[in-house]
Amino acid sequence: MSVIPAEQLMDKRVHYLNESYGVKSWLFTKDHKRIGLLYLASITFMFFIGGAAAVLMRLHLIEPQGALVEPETYNKLFTMHGVIMVFFFLIPSIPAVLGNFLVPMMIGARDLAFPKLNLLSWYLYMAGALLTLSAIIAGGVDTGWTFYTPYSSVYANTHVMAVAIGVFINGFSSILTGLNFVVTIHKMRAPGLTWFRLPLFIWAMYATSIIFLLGTPVLAITLVLLGLERLLHVGIFDPKLGGDPLLFQHLFWFYSHPAVYIMILPGMGVVSEIIACFSRKRIFGYGLVAFSSMSIAAISFLVWGHHMFVTGQSIYAGLIFSALSFMVAIPSAIKVFNWTATLYRGSISYDAPMLYALGFIGLFTMGGLTGMFLASLATDVHLNGTYFIVAHFHYIMVGGAVMAYLGGIHFWWPKISGRMYSDGWARFAAFVIFIGFNLTFFPQFMLGYLGMPRRYAFYPAEFQVLNVMSTAGASILGIGYLIPLVYLAYSLRYGPVAPANPWGARGLEWRTSSPPVTENFEETPIVTAEAYAYDEGREPLA
Amino acid sequence: MWSGFSLRPDQASTIAKGVDELHYFLTAVTLFFTALIFFTIFYFMIKYHRRSEADRPAEIEGSLPLEILWTVIPTLITMVMFAWGSSLYFRNSRPPVASAEIFVVGKQWMWHLQHPEGPREINELHIPVGVPVKLTMTSEDVIHDFYIPAFRVKKDVIPGRYSSIWFQATRTGTYHLFCAQYCGMQHAGMTGWVYVMSPTDYAQWLSGGVKGESMVDAGGRLFSQLGCITCHVADKSGRCPPLQGLYGKAQKLADGRSMIADEAYIRESIVHPNSHHVAGYAPIMPTFQGQISEEQLLQLIAYIKSLRGEEGKAPKK
Ligand code: HEC
Ligand SMILES: [Cu+2]
Ligand SMILES: [Cu+2]
Repeated sequence: MSVIPAEQLMDKRVHYLNESYGVKSWLFTKDHKRIGLLYLASITFMFFIGGAAAVLMRLHLIEPQGALVEPETYNKLFTMHGVIMVFFFLIPSIPAVLGNFLVPMMIGARDLAFPKLNLLSWYLYMAGALLTLSAIIAGGVDTGWTFYTPYSSVYANTHVMAVAIGVFINGFSSILTGLNFVVTIHKMRAPGLTWFRLPLFIWAMYATSIIFLLGTPVLAITLVLLGLERLLHVGIFDPKLGGDPLLFQHLFWFYSHPAVYIMILPGMGVVSEIIACFSRKRIFGYGLVAFSSMSIAAISFLVWGHHMFVTGQSIYAGLIFSALSFMVAIPSAIKVFNWTATLYRGSISYDAPMLYALGFIGLFTMGGLTGMFLASLATDVHLNGTYFIVAHFHYIMVGGAVMAYLGGIHFWWPKISGRMYSDGWARFAAFVIFIGFNLTFFPQFMLGYLGMPRRYAFYPAEFQVLNVMSTAGASILGIGYLIPLVYLAYSLRYGPVAPANPWGARGLEWRTSSPPVTENFEETPIVTAEAYAYDEGREPLA
Repeated sequence: MWSGFSLRPDQASTIAKGVDELHYFLTAVTLFFTALIFFTIFYFMIKYHRRSEADRPAEIEGSLPLEILWTVIPTLITMVMFAWGSSLYFRNSRPPVASAEIFVVGKQWMWHLQHPEGPREINELHIPVGVPVKLTMTSEDVIHDFYIPAFRVKKDVIPGRYSSIWFQATRTGTYHLFCAQYCGMQHAGMTGWVYVMSPTDYAQWLSGGVKGESMVDAGGRLFSQLGCITCHVADKSGRCPPLQGLYGKAQKLADGRSMIADEAYIRESIVHPNSHHVAGYAPIMPTFQGQISEEQLLQLIAYIKSLRGEEGKAPKK
């Protein structure tokens, strides 16, 4: 990559970042790229708040009797960690930041179909986030992010309503984003960009948007019912009033299981882009990978009962949910094999984004395989509600989704900011995060198998060794996440200016300048080849 | 810090070994595929490392046979897991007919346990080794979860309904009892101990200490105290159904349905009398919701279950 002194290039060209200045130009922007950056700033903030809660929890658990806080506070910490990380970081992360920034560019469009709706979704996100944060400052909530009834509806006397409303409002931001993406992908593709020429990231965004549209309304309904129950005692969930507390769990997981795929499908899309680019290969079996995204989205709506094997649901329902849960694992397994096969006979370079992507494959594989223990009925009975579950979903959502998100940020950072970051530091951070992550969560698999329940503010002494290991890992992980914050911020001012296509990637977004002009392209690109035509010598790669 | 450290939980019930065998199989599969993927990635990374910026590897479209292979193999493996896990679960969920019964009520943040013979315990459960034990459980407030890791059993304890689990301990000793469903402030403190005793020790334990009245006797006392007796026994006008022989019977309801009169049915009759009406009787039974604790309800049910035999015959004690 060529290094040109910043001042020479940056200040002369007009692009989406310097086209206008001032707070107003950002708060009223309709540019999908700027909205993506608004999201980037807000979810990064939320990530570090949620992360701080996690660090406090891990420090607290260094002693069996609890080292830092009262059980009451501990319960609020894990609730806050879960609510913030799931609803205000993971769910919007890749779709709202990278999706917003990239979907129009990858399909050769000027913007999303409904730019004003797009801005509205950010405002809805902010409203939900601020309400939730203020509830936390006002004293917090202690129901767990799962809000199980009748604890949440009758017994909890913390700020359940405020947080539920916060999450409810935020849901509309997801719905609008999903709607925007679906319409955009259907209607605004550049000439020649047929469905099977779409980058896999777009397929992943499309599948995710479908879940946003079909799943999030169910969450909204569930939260409304919870609110009605809490305020008016209507008796939907309260057994004392003839209600059914398990109905809440059915409704909640009907959304929240697919939500797991809202968190991981976009990551799979990002990783497909990165692997293709840094091995200079077409994704092995493009069709199957695209198809597996869609089938994951479909089957994910049929497996919610695996969260309820020990609630006393009928044995036969358990059997069906178990079988379907195994089924939803197959498309994920296929993807892992296909990514690995993509490397075969490639030309592989180990730039930072690639390290994150490869880290993703490894950790996601472990997360997926440990899911088998929970899909299988007999072992789930023992492991459900223990640290095994905690470890499993962190492998998927942190080892998987967050790794992919960071990989994506590093991959598209030159496009987003117009600057290059320090590759050495970035690789170092990827390494630290990988080590810290495994040290934090691997011991938790063992804790769960030994029988330590989750959400315990104190615990029997024999679990201490593994807890101390986990806390040690969390400290490393915490530092690992801070490093990118520093060198990425540094690059904004001091980084070398990025060329239009620093990685030699094939996507349309790399055909325009870095950072792009507000309209994305000087003229609408015409697509004549498939997404990953790395072998054609049409244009130089770097 | 290292005291009591171990990587394997105690195996102290008849099902623990079977669950562990499946767990080890799953672990082996996990290790194998993780190693396979890690190894392959590392191998490719080294072997196909980019040597020159001008490298332009030949494209490979994909390979149908390969893709079929790695669709079919995981499918087969998961089918084995599914069949294994399900058959084990099926076997583990059926209690043997001749199980000893114990009753559990979860309550923020403690476990109340009653033995039919009379003894009541808090956060402690004494059971004999080698005898199948069935627990009938409910909650006074929120959802809890009764979990004995050494037995590999766990079941939610849900307000408004009865859930049950069973186990047969295989080794005497003391084992953890945990609440595994978050239930509020002292959730982490809702723990206790299971004491598995030799049959003789257990018999001694049952007869020693504060014995208290049996659950049936306690239920009988409540039956008169709460005035159930004035309708169901004393009232000879035929306005109230007799309760003798009710348990286990298929009861005909006013709306034409028929329901098996099990514990849940009897509980509903007392707490929500309007949820179903017996054919041929006017709905005059008052609700007792809020007047009886879950433990008392279990005693009443134990009493009603004991009312067998001919109508009119004095209930046997
Ligand atoms: C005012 C009289 C009255 C009192 C007091 C009363 N019951 Fe009832 N009970 C009835 C009547 C009448 C029915 C049948 C009507 C119906 O099913 O709605 C009934 C039904 C039942 C049934 C279902 C019987 C069946 O055949 O299916 C049970 C069990 C029962 N009562 C238990 C109790 C208990 C326990 C108490 C005391 C806590 C009690 N009842 C107090 C009048 C009474
Ligand atoms: Cu799920
Ligand atoms: Cu609990």
